[in-house]
Amino acid sequence: MNKPTTASALTSFPRRHLLTCEGLSAAEINFLLDLADQAADHIRQGGHKRDVLAGRTLINLFFESSTRTQASFEMAGKRLGADVMNMNVATSSVTKGETLIDTAVTLNAMRPDLIVVRHHAAGAVELLSQKVDCSVINAGDGAHQHPTQALLDALTIRRAKGRVSGLTVAICGDILHSRVARSNINVLNTLGARVRIIAPSTLLPSAPERLGVEVFTDMWKGIEGADIVMMLRLQRERMDASYVPSSREFFHFFGLDHEKLARAKPDALVMHPGPMNRGVEIASTVADHTRSVIREQVEMGVAVRMAVLEALAAHLSGAGA
Amino acid sequence: MAKAIEKPKMAGKATVFINARIVDPASNRDEPGGLLVKDGLIADVGGHLRRNAPDGAEVIDCKGNVLAPGLIDAQVFTGEPGYEHRETLKTASHAAAAGGVTTMVVMPDTNPVIDQVALVDFIQRRARDNALVHVQTMAAMTKGLQGEEMTEIGLLKRAGAIAFSNGRSSLANTRVMRNVLNYAKDFGALVVHHTEDPYLSGSASMNSGEVAARLGLPGSSKLAETIVLERDVRLVEMTGGRYHAATISCRDSLDVVRNAKARKLPVTCGVSINHLTLNENDIGPYRTFFKVRPPLRREEDRVAMVQGIANGDIDIIVSSHDPQDADTKRRPFAEAADGAVGLETLLPAALRLVHSGDLTLLAVLKALTVNPAKLLGLHSGRLVKGAIADLVLFDPGEPWVVNKDLLRSRSKNTPFDEARMQGRVLRTVVAGETVYEYAGVERT
Repeated sequence: MNKPTTASALTSFPRRHLLTCEGLSAAEINFLLDLADQAADHIRQGGHKRDVLAGRTLINLFFESSTRTQASFEMAGKRLGADVMNMNVATSSVTKGETLIDTAVTLNAMRPDLIVVRHHAAGAVELLSQKVDCSVINAGDGAHQHPTQALLDALTIRRAKGRVSGLTVAICGDILHSRVARSNINVLNTLGARVRIIAPSTLLPSAPERLGVEVFTDMWKGIEGADIVMMLRLQRERMDASYVPSSREFFHFFGLDHEKLARAKPDALVMHPGPMNRGVEIASTVADHTRSVIREQVEMGVAVRMAVLEALAAHLSGAGA
Repeated sequence: MAKAIEKPKMAGKATVFINARIVDPASNRDEPGGLLVKDGLIADVGGHLRRNAPDGAEVIDCKGNVLAPGLIDAQVFTGEPGYEHRETLKTASHAAAAGGVTTMVVMPDTNPVIDQVALVDFIQRRARDNALVHVQTMAAMTKGLQGEEMTEIGLLKRAGAIAFSNGRSSLANTRVMRNVLNYAKDFGALVVHHTEDPYLSGSASMNSGEVAARLGLPGSSKLAETIVLERDVRLVEMTGGRYHAATISCRDSLDVVRNAKARKLPVTCGVSINHLTLNENDIGPYRTFFKVRPPLRREEDRVAMVQGIANGDIDIIVSSHDPQDADTKRRPFAEAADGAVGLETLLPAALRLVHSGDLTLLAVLKALTVNPAKLLGLHSGRLVKGAIADLVLFDPGEPWVVNKDLLRSRSKNTPFDEARMQGRVLRTVVAGETVYEYAGVERT
């Protein structure tokens, strides 16, 4: 396979920011997945650190706590030779009352090349991107989008199944509060998968069928014949009223156990974006089962983030040429 | 469906009720005939059994009295667990049997509140061991009836809860109500709601209006009932959840329900026997036994309720049996508890409306048998072959006077004390077994 060059990134991924999966073309997604595929192989073969981002500065700006996504971006940046700075929001002036835009303007004045942002409010990353000169990557904004998660999920599926198109993917759990679900619905639909969502009605957004998915409130039916079962975390911290009566009841009707998994295809894969609530949305034995690709998802996370950083870096001033 | 009564049946045991007036609202039947019971089930029914008893069957001569499906009372408060001095499942079931009620749905307003699977199980076991009639459990829809957190509706339904309610209290939090309806829909669960805006009704103790003004009592506007009902109907429209307004009491609420039904929404409603037969004037000089919830309304509202039964806009009649003792009732009106016992007087009181010519016997019995059966998904309430033999035999004409001291209920707070009634239950049959028989004179 030809190694994509900076020049090809300029034409194949003509974007300065990665803010949402909505509107990404199949060609753009596949370009990123190809690039990530190579990165993953490169790492697996014990390949050395590369220098695509040498001399570039990457800021991880996380307004919401995160372990795996932040570490994954840091690892990806460093593997590409960037200088990575993690902004600890808990001790920054954000907690002293500074507005998001002031923070953006301040950071911009330091002239970073890339900023990775996670924020608890939907649309916050987009707002910030309008105020800075560098590239911005959305690492999760409220219940809106988490593009690199959907890309790493697509890559995991593609590597395990050889394709995404034509597969039936059942996304199950707290759809209402999930940016992972929204991003995945966009990417999977664009790549030609058949997407189902499964949740109690209280955890579905209004007019869910308008998102281009099949909607199920009965998990036993929704999981029937699925190629991929993608579980979501029950986001209790985002619930401001009684959406689900108890973890026990949720697990009984919407948790993934072997009995429900048996309704999916025999070779169905089990996925979870993490962090998992074992015994709430997924049984421990299912999470650790051979059909579970949850660990591969984490591995592909670094590769996908390398691909995204590399693709965006092609547009930075002084790049390529 | 959980069944409370599981008595061993003598194989092949048959009983035939001859010379009866068979009244079955499900088939719109009111004609002379007979009914054969075998092994606890209805084996045959019809005109051909009027005089002919099959060989070997025990014969019960109904002497032309009405034989109808046993009554199904969808709103019964007991005191078990927690307030056994007011009523237990056992004493309530004796009152039910004497009133021709063969299935009672007990409310979750106990201590502890019936909001967990283990407590539904408790009620069912206690009923199985102690009750004379079928007992179904209405589970709480919010934990502790606090109106904040939803209960485990899926697991409770699986454990046998027949429907979900917030008991005597109304859900003020619209978001919680929306979530409950939305969530219950996924499990096909019925939500039963007492509609009353607690902020609007405040500490009111009776219907607002002229009588309250004269008595100097804080009044509760019927608006408190209708506003919440209208809100709920909007939420039903949004969520598609099955909804039953527990006890409406005024013409405006009836209009809301009629309108919802015209729009094909899954909305039904009930009315208590008190609101069909009494009005606010009956309170007279602060009689606390007439203090009920919702409060007794004006005569024109009572008339509207009766019309609602006549034309089918109101689906069911409940006793709203609510035992209270002297401690809670012998108080100044404003401080007295709400509630009236009603299991034993439900049928005679309803027959008043038949004798007055306002309702047909079929219309009254429909709201007490097949309609609640349909609402709750029960197979009883009908006189058809193969159905469980839950029956009531009553003389619709016999006059008598209510004496509260003779009530079987542990609490005596009846608004019908010393009232003249016309119509008496002669025999009540649950799953083929006679659980009550009128002895001809009342015990003392």
